[in-house]
Amino acid sequence: MLQSIDWSLVDWSRAQFALTAMYHWLFVPLTLGITWILAIMETIYVKTGDPEWKRLTKFWMKLFGINFAIGVATGIILEFEFGTNWSNYSWFVGDIFGAPLAVEGIMAFFMESTFIAIMFFGWNKVSKKFHLASTWLTAIGANLSALWILVANAWMQSPVGTQFNPDTARNEMTNFFDVLFSPVAVNKFLHTIGSGFVLAAIFIIGISAWFLLKKRESRLAFRSITIAAILGLLASVHLVLTGDGSAKRVAEVQPMKLAAMEGLYDGKEGAGLVGFGILAAKEKREAETGEEFIFKFEMPKVLSWMAYGDANHFVAGVNDFKNGNPERGILSIPEKMQRGGIARQALDDYKRAKASGDTARADSLKGLFSDPEFLENNFKYFGYGFHDDVNYFIPHVPITFYSFHIMVILGFGFVLYFLIFLFFASRGELQKRKFWLRLAPWVIPLPYIASQAGWVVAELGRQPWTIQDLLPTVAAVTRIDSGSVIVTFILFALTFTVLAIAEVKIMLSAIKTGPKNEGGTR
Amino acid sequence: MFENLSLLTLQHYWWIIVSLLGSALVFLMFVQGGQTLIYTLGKNDKERTMLVNSLGRKWEFTFTTLVTFGGAFFASFPLFYATSFGGAYWVWMIILLAFVIQAVSYEFRSKAGNFLGAKVYEGFLFINGLFGTVLIGTAVATFFTGSQFSLNDLNQVNWEGPARGLEAALNIRNIALGFSVFFLARILAILYFMNNIDNDAIFIRSRKHLWINTIPFLIAFLFFLTMLLVKDGFAVDPDSKMVSMEKYKYLHNLLEMPVILVMLLIGVAGVLFGIIRALIKKTTIGIWFTGPGTILTVLALFLIAGFNNTAFYPSTFDLQSSLTIENASSSKFTLTVMSYVSLLVPVVVAYIWYAWRSMNRKQITQEELSKEDHVY
Ligand code: HDD
Ligand code: HEM
Ligand code: HEM
Repeated sequence: MLQSIDWSLVDWSRAQFALTAMYHWLFVPLTLGITWILAIMETIYVKTGDPEWKRLTKFWMKLFGINFAIGVATGIILEFEFGTNWSNYSWFVGDIFGAPLAVEGIMAFFMESTFIAIMFFGWNKVSKKFHLASTWLTAIGANLSALWILVANAWMQSPVGTQFNPDTARNEMTNFFDVLFSPVAVNKFLHTIGSGFVLAAIFIIGISAWFLLKKRESRLAFRSITIAAILGLLASVHLVLTGDGSAKRVAEVQPMKLAAMEGLYDGKEGAGLVGFGILAAKEKREAETGEEFIFKFEMPKVLSWMAYGDANHFVAGVNDFKNGNPERGILSIPEKMQRGGIARQALDDYKRAKASGDTARADSLKGLFSDPEFLENNFKYFGYGFHDDVNYFIPHVPITFYSFHIMVILGFGFVLYFLIFLFFASRGELQKRKFWLRLAPWVIPLPYIASQAGWVVAELGRQPWTIQDLLPTVAAVTRIDSGSVIVTFILFALTFTVLAIAEVKIMLSAIKTGPKNEGGTR
Repeated sequence: MFENLSLLTLQHYWWIIVSLLGSALVFLMFVQGGQTLIYTLGKNDKERTMLVNSLGRKWEFTFTTLVTFGGAFFASFPLFYATSFGGAYWVWMIILLAFVIQAVSYEFRSKAGNFLGAKVYEGFLFINGLFGTVLIGTAVATFFTGSQFSLNDLNQVNWEGPARGLEAALNIRNIALGFSVFFLARILAILYFMNNIDNDAIFIRSRKHLWINTIPFLIAFLFFLTMLLVKDGFAVDPDSKMVSMEKYKYLHNLLEMPVILVMLLIGVAGVLFGIIRALIKKTTIGIWFTGPGTILTVLALFLIAGFNNTAFYPSTFDLQSSLTIENASSSKFTLTVMSYVSLLVPVVVAYIWYAWRSMNRKQITQEELSKEDHVY
């Protein structure tokens, strides 16, 4: 199957997917969070009848519209990229993976695009109540679309509710609700939605602080900060909790990722949580002393407790997976490669037997794929049969480690940040806190960084898998000359960059203009 | 309820849904057609702004329909998704790029600080209108003319055309459908403007350009249709599942499935009636005939591509690799689950209808736009 795989093809395809996904994710989280905040502000307007709230809602809505357009532009590429660049993948798992994508279109995107139109154009055309309902439905639609795509993504991390069919050579869905309610999916959804909220809250605080400094629209700015700080505080606590939940799920379904996140090479009992540290270079680590870190700040036993709820639990390290750890019942990668190889061989043999008309042999081989023992001992490692280099199955530890720690440190930082703003707001001191007001606009990039880092952990930390343990990237990629992918990569990189620059400039200019006076024209 | 249907029935059901989405998409591409007419129909900034805003309130539907069409195809016929998108890489990539630049153009066009200037965004809209329609039409035509690929026994695609799909654009029959879609989209746009905008100058110009676009549309479409009816088609033997060439296959399909024949005839009649009515009378309702007519016509074309033991995505390189609704579909379980989801479609259509009825009671006028605060 991999007779002549061109490695630069795999790398460029990955790069292209990462590029488009990360661009998409620059715009999506703001949508996810700010739509709720818009809905809340408009609800206050409808309840109180105070036109100032309407003005405020409309101001943030305008910024949302600018952001939304480019979110849509980057999304469409992603959807089709599964076919164009991961075509083997699209067949291998299309039976499961396509479904959430289709549901997303039918359920979420239409809802969002219908009610967004009313939100923008309906102010003078439909009743107040109908308009308010539309704003809520836009928020629900946006977040539903996140739900379905995250269900799809979670399934790739933890493929449940399916069975392999040797005839079609693909995985087929056996239980939709297993896919939908997989613990990984539920947790991923909650954590990701939370990140959108936090990001939107920090965005709103940053811009409002600027208005306060300029002594413009002080009342609106004050209201915005209060609402954003309350919601942000709740969301950031939620984020820490669901982040912990994510780590627990990772420990369960992707222990290698967990080891990479913590830079843990040799497993231990009562493992400590590295608050922050600098990883030693490879040579040093592999030398006699075996030091993993140049410097670290560690909280003893916390990792064991966090990941397994037991302070003395054993946490496996990268080397335990690489070389195996019989004592802990961990198979080595070569062992898995061999077991997976048997499964792949069985599939090839089955195809050959079928082609040559040897039905008896074909039937017995086919039986293997529903035999629990074979599934547990061999098919479970199917993906390991695609490559013969042990290191291929180990993710990039430093990138995963640093990304994870950046996210976590920022996560705790945000809780504090919201507390501070809430405290000042509640005492009516915001105007006086010049330092914090000046700082706030510069904080806006941080949740973006945290959020991108989160995806790097999630996606890079599971390398080389597109489908955990079943389908590595080499086997998922579309066979095409890498030159074509390089060209499309460059085209997308240029297009997105130009559009992103335009977006930021339009955004800045809309912010400078500020909320409009009601009744005026544009 | 869907559990009791046979796999084959479910496959037919899903082919109908995908076809419906495809035909709705072609109808909604009036947005693309309109984008190529902004400078033709609008002679000053005010008129152009009205045209852009009239389209701008609808572009999301076209876009979302495209996205949903893709998602539904992926879920129901994943082998098509893998084969066509991975194989005809360049065609799809160009289509995608054309849609990426569209998505921002409306929102960014008239905003302060937009970096590229309004003209560039209008250029983006034009590019999207041209390439989006022509290439999607071309790609759909390969359902009848075939592509060069083979599948191995693990169903992985190998594309044999070095141009990765662009070779389809060299085939005159594919191009004919591409141009039919392009001119039809422009015709639909003109009829839509006549219906949606209250402005005399635009109305008069629209009627003039209706002529200009109808003639090339008729030439391209009749050429394609004739070609289709006389050409050999890709037939599947229902028992052995072997694919072979059959003379007049698509004509046979129409004759053997009279319902679809009637659909096609009504559809074409509807398209022409709407156009002719608008040409001879000062009416705003042409779109109500040409629009549904388009949907019926395209639906009929999709159905004869896939039904009656026909391979809908044929390979001219290796006939036996051709995709049929049977060998390309999802499992019975997935199709069943998705069929339940499909019950939502009427709900979606209903709320879209309701939402737009409450918004669209009046035509767009300059006065309205000057009061509106979300203007493109
Ligand atoms: C504002 C953004 C943000 C912040 C402050 C945090 N996260 Fe996060 N995190 C995300 C935004 C995010 C994300 C972008 O939403 C990710 C990417 C993939 C995913 O499921 O969510 C994510 C993923 C992610 C994963 C990987 C899940 C997987 O591989 O499937 C873990 C383990 C955590 N997070 C844990 C945490 C912890 C313990 C935090 C502590 C405070 C934290 N995150 C804060
Ligand atoms: C929008 C948020 C997302 C971001 C920022 C993101 C980021 C990334 C990154 C950085 C990679 C490259 C990893 C590598 O190849 O080393 C990647 C790969 C990939 N991701 Fe994501 N991802 C996101 C969401 C998703 C979702 C929702 C899915 C599936 C539904 C998904 C599916 C994939 C696939 C198929 C690959 C390619 C295979 C691979 O290299 O692992 N991603 N993504
Ligand atoms: C790699 C997987 C992904 C694919 C294939 C994908 C696909 C798409 C598509 C096609 C659109 C445009 C829809 C339209 O017509 O309106 C879109 C927009 C959107 N997507 Fe994604 N998406 C992915 C990842 C994500 C993730 C991870 C989230 C959230 C957690 C997300 C949330 C959204 C939202 C909220 C929108 C609305 C547009 C916006 O505000 O940016 N998507 N996506």
